Amino acid sequence: MSIKVEGLSKIYSTQKAIDNISFEAMEGQITGLVGPNGAGKSTTMKILTASLTADAGEAYICGLNVTDEEMRVKSMIGYLPEHNPLYPTMYVKEFLTFIAKIHKLKNISKRVDEVIEAVGLSKEKHKKISSLSKGYRQRVGIAQAIIHDPKVLILDEPISGLDPNQIQEIRQLILKLKENKTIIFSSHILQEVESICDKIVILNDGLIVADDELSHLHKDHSQAIIIELELLNPMDQKTFLSIESDINFIKSDDNHFVIEVVSGNDIREVIFDKVVADGNKILSMAMQKKNLEKLFKSVTKV
Amino acid sequence: MTGYISIVIFLLLTGLFLWVFSDTSIINYNYASLGQLFTIAPLVFMFLIPAITMSSFSDEKQRGTLELLVTKPLTDWDIVAGKYLAALALAIIALIPTLIYYYSIVQLGSPKGNIDTGAVIGSYIGLIFLAGIFTSAGIFLSSITSNQIVAFILTAFVCFLLFWAFDFLSATPLFFGKMDNFVKGLGIEFHYDNISKGRIDTRDIFYFVSMIGLFLWLTIVSLDKRKW
Repeated sequence: MSIKVEGLSKIYSTQKAIDNISFEAMEGQITGLVGPNGAGKSTTMKILTASLTADAGEAYICGLNVTDEEMRVKSMIGYLPEHNPLYPTMYVKEFLTFIAKIHKLKNISKRVDEVIEAVGLSKEKHKKISSLSKGYRQRVGIAQAIIHDPKVLILDEPISGLDPNQIQEIRQLILKLKENKTIIFSSHILQEVESICDKIVILNDGLIVADDELSHLHKDHSQAIIIELELLNPMDQKTFLSIESDINFIKSDDNHFVIEVVSGNDIREVIFDKVVADGNKILSMAMQKKNLEKLFKSVTKV
Repeated sequence: MTGYISIVIFLLLTGLFLWVFSDTSIINYNYASLGQLFTIAPLVFMFLIPAITMSSFSDEKQRGTLELLVTKPLTDWDIVAGKYLAALALAIIALIPTLIYYYSIVQLGSPKGNIDTGAVIGSYIGLIFLAGIFTSAGIFLSSITSNQIVAFILTAFVCFLLFWAFDFLSATPLFFGKMDNFVKGLGIEFHYDNISKGRIDTRDIFYFVSMIGLFLWLTIVSLDKRKW
């Protein structure tokens, strides 16, 4: 349930922005929509929020067809558009009150204060939006998306342009909202997507190239692991090969090694023992996790 | 900000023309009539109203806030009517202080109160309808461009055409007889003059209401087209 996209297509004159895509986002989960620029992420989100009309296919929010039940759908979704458009001449409280009125909320003043508190804008609530920094403006955008407590949250690049602290705060906020809601957000910052998403959909050139629970994605693409090692004294490559025969040496200076263990076996413990037995010492050893970035690059390479 | 400036400039200009510049001043004219106001106001409106409406949709498009509005539980009609009524309200608020002029002439007239009140009431109604049409045209033209200046120029031009062009056309040998009247009737001036005489004719009201409806409908169509 919650967000369902079936055979959605959108064509701009000759270019297919999205081409027959289908995917689902579940309640209680955070789904990440990822892809290179121009892949069709924003287009998909705009169709989900009835800001654009699809040329083919259907979109459903909580079982309701977005085209047929537009008004009902719009009152159930919270949307943060790309570039976070706001009215710069309005004050924060004024703007949120305006949005609350559009949603016909009860106890508007109380609700506005609640939401301002929830996104951490209490100190800025009497300021004009034009005088806020980007991070705070982003929070105002998120505030207007959640003020009516929607079942479905659609966030287009909610963390673009934020500094690491702000990203952390928004991340916490999104995680807090996860319960009982369906959240879908798009981002380029794969680290973020990886850290909070339960499910990832990768778009490239208008097509879906990957769509899976995060845990499954890693299993399919290469089991090899990479270990980075720094030793006090030089060591021979043969020592590694004696542990496992199928090892690729990505980097091999005298005491600095980056090796790829094709089988995927975690041989760190054995390496430790061997190094010590050799009379050598380990200064640092780390296993590089396969990460989303590599997967991303491999499926979106031109 | 635009609102305040527009009101001030409107009142300043009409005030100057009506009471200071001797060519057009009521005092020089010597008759206790507010007719001059109703001759001048349409001209001032032709610049004032584009100034009020030019940013209504162009600004939203430029900022991207139109996308915000369109994804909220608001119908296109909600959005268009909201913008329209706000702009019209501003134009009417600009007009209200001119009631002082009416009061002044009543006081200055000899004998006191010697003014055709019926015509004044009719004229104000005509002026409000005129503002209604200009504003609706302004809202529509603002919705088809994201550039405010273009919206302003187009609106001023369209208002000018609507007001005068048809009267001018009917005067040419192109049209004659019954056609003449029909062509005249397409223009605002004809109906505005009628109402200003103090006669409220349903045909004139029908004209004003349909023109406003036409422009607002066109605005909704233009909003809808964006989605495709």
